[in-house]
Amino acid sequence: MSSPTILFAGIDEPGLNTIDVYRRRGGYEMARRALTEMTPETVLDELLASGLRGRGGAGFPSGKKISFIPKAQVDKYLVCNADESEPGTFKDRELMQKSPHMLIEGIIIGAYAAGASRSFIYIRGEYAEQADVIDAALAETEQAGLLGENILGSGFSLSLVLHRGAGAYICGEETGLLDSLEGKRGNPRLKPPFPANQGLYQGPTVINNVETLATMPHILRMGGAEYAKIGTETSAGTKLVSVSGNVQRPGNYEIELGIPSREIIYDLAGGPPEGREVKFWFPGGSSSPVLTKDDLDLAYDFDTLAKAKSMLGSGAIIVVDDSVPVVSVALKLAKFYKHESCGKCTPCREGTRWTVSMLERVDAGLATPMDLDIMASVQEQIIGNCLCVLGDAMAMPIGSMVAKFRDEFEAHIEAARARNPWLGDEPPDPDPALLQGAARA
Amino acid sequence: MIGRRNRREFAHTSAVDEPQGELLPVPPARDVSRFGHGSRVPGWDDAVDLGKDPAQIPDPATTPVPQALRSEIEAHMAKYPDFRSAAIPALAAAQRHHGWCSPDAIWQAACVMRLTPGYLIAVASFYDMLETRPVGRHAVYVCTNISCSLCGADELLDRLKDETAGDPQFNVRAFECLGACDIAPMASVDGVYVGPIAVGEVPILVEQIREGLPPLPGKQLRLRKSTDPGAARAIAGAADPVTPTTSYGAPMSGEAAGPPAKIEAPPPPPEEDA
Ligand SMILES: Cc1cc2nc3c(=O)[nH]c(=O)nc-3n(C[C@H](O)[C@H](O)[C@H](O)COP(=O)(O)O)c2cc1C
Ligand code: SF4
Ligand code: FES
Repeated sequence: MSSPTILFAGIDEPGLNTIDVYRRRGGYEMARRALTEMTPETVLDELLASGLRGRGGAGFPSGKKISFIPKAQVDKYLVCNADESEPGTFKDRELMQKSPHMLIEGIIIGAYAAGASRSFIYIRGEYAEQADVIDAALAETEQAGLLGENILGSGFSLSLVLHRGAGAYICGEETGLLDSLEGKRGNPRLKPPFPANQGLYQGPTVINNVETLATMPHILRMGGAEYAKIGTETSAGTKLVSVSGNVQRPGNYEIELGIPSREIIYDLAGGPPEGREVKFWFPGGSSSPVLTKDDLDLAYDFDTLAKAKSMLGSGAIIVVDDSVPVVSVALKLAKFYKHESCGKCTPCREGTRWTVSMLERVDAGLATPMDLDIMASVQEQIIGNCLCVLGDAMAMPIGSMVAKFRDEFEAHIEAARARNPWLGDEPPDPDPALLQGAARA
Repeated sequence: MIGRRNRREFAHTSAVDEPQGELLPVPPARDVSRFGHGSRVPGWDDAVDLGKDPAQIPDPATTPVPQALRSEIEAHMAKYPDFRSAAIPALAAAQRHHGWCSPDAIWQAACVMRLTPGYLIAVASFYDMLETRPVGRHAVYVCTNISCSLCGADELLDRLKDETAGDPQFNVRAFECLGACDIAPMASVDGVYVGPIAVGEVPILVEQIREGLPPLPGKQLRLRKSTDPGAARAIAGAADPVTPTTSYGAPMSGEAAGPPAKIEAPPPPPEEDA
């Protein structure tokens, strides 16, 4: 079987965002079957059998996550993580914009399996157009009696609220998202307790990515065992991959997990522009340690990338070609994490800030090769010492860049020092305004 | 050397960059300087006056709230098991009414939600899209994250800033990845995603924003077709395969629009609906 297309099949069909077209294509049939012909346990069994792993970043088995939800008779919640702020990631956007009902159907199925009676979609505030599409789709779904009280006479009730965020990467982290959804600053929480036990409003909560949920109707349609045959043994199914950066055809591609990365970057996305070569690439969003052109033949699945000391993450490939200095990418990256660090814990808040300062020194010709060692040690001290993994998400890629491109960093330092007039034999007169500023600071 | 370093570090203490906006003229002598909306501080991010008591939940009798804003906030509050969940939607609504999260906006939202202004200020100052300083009413977010900057986003931002310099209607700012790296370099213009934007298109774009016209209509993201060759395959259960199309209107700066889409035989007919 050539690369199967599951989520993106016919995605450009005009009107797919309306319930009529979606239903004509068999949409909501699986939600109906789940609610009226299956028990939550049998739905969960299918999800477990499918081997589906979370598509949001951590790759945690989705069926298992739902099975952690206590059976007790309390209010349970399902939250769809549509924050999608990981640099390089834009797959959920296309899915929500073009096929919002697929997501809603997935939420109904997921909530049924988890026994949740209330569900939420937390969408990033910047996705205003997509949020409007979902709002319209929700109205149609409620109208059709697929959301609300006693859906299709099954006795199962579910409400679904679309919640628009206001711009903060950290609200993609599951507990930061929950705080934000509760109307607070989006600071992550200390875990445990995990959201499965104490999540939204202190109730048991499942949090899943858009793509994870949108896959659920397809798993029921194909049968969990059949779905598990796609992909590799430990990375089942297809994955939406967002390819961007220095490639000729940036975009979202649905691939079977386990195909060679080269196929995605070259055959699908067209590779770097004429005459240029891949220098390094992020396999799973900006938080994943970089890989080089020697790694292009790695199979694109969770375990192979983990073995290569990187990760599949959100499935966002950012390609950087040989015309780009590594220091400029490292600086962009560090600035992003510095800006998005919520400030709750010290290694991340200070570590990101110092990393930016040190990279600026490198760029300004004020650094020595020793600074690279200091920088690497800062990264090591961040990893594993933060409340959430945002700190690690900067430390790992920066650490990998310094390790893999140390020569280039050193050359950059040399070249920048040579250009720096302040380090020459005759330093220029200091700008009086600046000195005044320094005195005041 | 110290001076140089200091200036650089200063430049990075602000968030992504300083929002632009006109401050109201400073009133005549001996009066306390007042900024937008009568505030004594230019923005909510600045240090508070520790000599003052914290503000209480505003009194409805002395805090007039426009009816439209009140009902919008109340509708949001009704959606959640805990009304405080409506904090972000309420602030966003107040910002739409007032142009930014001004003291008036915060006090009114706090009055409707029965929360202290301090609570809402804490929330507002966390999120990038909630403006804690007066800004122009046209929000133009230019993504300057990795993928976009690899495609020339920094130059685009500079050009947009130049073109709108001194125009108080504009709030042009650098933004982190907006989730549209496939159309890099891109911008969100009052919530509408457009890209890839060529530097030469900036004057047209700015003119369109000024005139209230749709920004670069041929390059809006919502019109873009999927690049995935598999997208042309019919969805399981569909009656008809979809006509393959790969990119939108104007081809991306002369590059090939995408691989020729293969249409595969439609899958076997769907199981009959019950
Ligand atoms: C800093 C940070 C940002 C994250 N951003 C997102 C995001 O934007 N979207 C998302 O689905 N998951 C994001 N995650 C992962 C979530 O914490 C969580 O693992 C995921 O939503 C679980 O869903 P899944 O099991 O379906 O993958 C982020 C994690 C971290 C640490
Ligand atoms: S690691 Fe960073 S983002 Fe996460 S809680 Fe700590 S300071 Fe906040
Ligand atoms: S990097 Fe610009 S939209 Fe993602």
